[in-house]
Amino acid sequence: MNGPAEPRRNLLEIAGVWKQYHRHSVLRGIDLSVDSHEVVCLIGASGSGKSTLLRCVNLLETVDDGTIHLDGDEITDVRANPDEVRKRIGMVFQSYNLFPAMTVLDNITLAPRKAHRVRRAEAEERARELLARFGLADRAAAYPDRLSGGQQQRVAIIRALATRPRLLLFDEVTSALDPALVGEVLEIIRELKDSGMTMVLATHEMGLARDIADKVCFLDGGVLLEQGTAEQIFTEPREQRTREFLQRVLGRG
Amino acid sequence: MSDRAPAPPAAPGAGHSWHKSERQRERERLRRRSGLRSGSIATGSTVVFLVLVLWGITASPGWPRVRETFFDAGQFTGALPDVLDGFLRNIKIFLMAEPLILVVGLLVALVRTLHAPVFFPLRSLAVLYTDVFRGLPTILVIYLVGFGLPALRLQGVPTDLATLGVIALVLSYGAYVAEVFRSGIDSVHPSQRAAARSLGLTHGQAMRYVVLPQAVRRVVPPLLNDFVSLQKDTALVATIGPLEALRQAQIHTADSFNYTPYLVAALLFILLTIPMARLTDHLAARSQRRRGA
Repeated sequence: MNGPAEPRRNLLEIAGVWKQYHRHSVLRGIDLSVDSHEVVCLIGASGSGKSTLLRCVNLLETVDDGTIHLDGDEITDVRANPDEVRKRIGMVFQSYNLFPAMTVLDNITLAPRKAHRVRRAEAEERARELLARFGLADRAAAYPDRLSGGQQQRVAIIRALATRPRLLLFDEVTSALDPALVGEVLEIIRELKDSGMTMVLATHEMGLARDIADKVCFLDGGVLLEQGTAEQIFTEPREQRTREFLQRVLGRG
Repeated sequence: MSDRAPAPPAAPGAGHSWHKSERQRERERLRRRSGLRSGSIATGSTVVFLVLVLWGITASPGWPRVRETFFDAGQFTGALPDVLDGFLRNIKIFLMAEPLILVVGLLVALVRTLHAPVFFPLRSLAVLYTDVFRGLPTILVIYLVGFGLPALRLQGVPTDLATLGVIALVLSYGAYVAEVFRSGIDSVHPSQRAAARSLGLTHGQAMRYVVLPQAVRRVVPPLLNDFVSLQKDTALVATIGPLEALRQAQIHTADSFNYTPYLVAALLFILLTIPMARLTDHLAARSQRRRGA
């Protein structure tokens, strides 16, 4: 039955997801599928539910209705072990969230060593490889507060990559950065796309969305109002609300 | 001629080496002079103040009697060996109680972070413990344990008074220290926990490797503060009988109706707590600097 002829499933399948905080609905029946190697950008105003959706996928929030499947497994099943689910997903946060009392190297190797039971030597070798690949080889022994914001965010991305996740979630990862430092982080994200990483990004960087997204989703008041290719969303949005939003963020030009 | 300061930097051959300008040198001269003046004013005023206070005290009509009762040299040297001997017992009580308090406090604080339903009874017990023992005066706990426990005549209950004192202090201070640890754990931003959990670490791993190291660092100054207070509260154990410093001083005072032995005990306690207090200040200042950095 499970032969190669089986129809290919989507890596991530979100169906009818609702989320409420204090009786206020933040997500209102979101449907979204993400294919392997696909890059999906979530755009929309602050409070439209982008971050909440990512946190639901990573089980940092529990959904109030609907299902999320990862690789065919229902991760919103109440019997699913969240720790096992999160081992397959990497997440990068707006405020980096590096562990301040640990060196860069320890930040990166902690999860491989403790959650994935990789030997220290092996974990450190992989961490050093990643640091070298992203131009941070000389920062391995530094503490996070000695790094610039851009460097911290690059370390956070490496930390998420170190466990070889199936899927990476980016929660407005450039929003806290000095404009001059945004570029170095975007460069990494582009490189990850080229290497075939599956990613879902909540972002305010329309340039990035346009550049790398295979699919752009516009969220408005907890509803996934419109999705399409970057080309379609940015040049001929179907919805009036999308058009208004893009006009606001891109300037009237 | 011209006293306009910075010389034009383009002096040929000067390169990037920096020669202090005339204005900067003048500035530093002025600063040195005013620093010197502040120093001498402070010294002068302190000397005048001390002389006035000493003169005021010694010239007052009650002074001879005060000196006799509190500062009797003979009484001092007479009581010192016994009180010092007792004081070693205080230190022993303190050294036994402190590690136990840390363990109890940390365990209780950790139990309160467990949210799985299985742990409900443990969690309630931890809450009950902190509520009860923070509410009870330490001396009452010492009475209850020191007199109450042996009265039970149960097997295995220690009868050594110092040990009973240690148990009482651990019960009482454990509750305070648990709250200090808990506030430290709560002060670590939830995003740190989210980051740890998002990497696949379990609750326990996130606590052990990410939250606790930050929490403990933050609560070191308040913890030391509690220990300064524990050092002197070892004297409360005197009430149930062991011959520690306060008890020895009491015995000597009862002999002579002279209060100098109390002063001996007081001095010893102060000598012990001052270094601890300075260390606390130092650590607090250091963590302040780190946050600023």
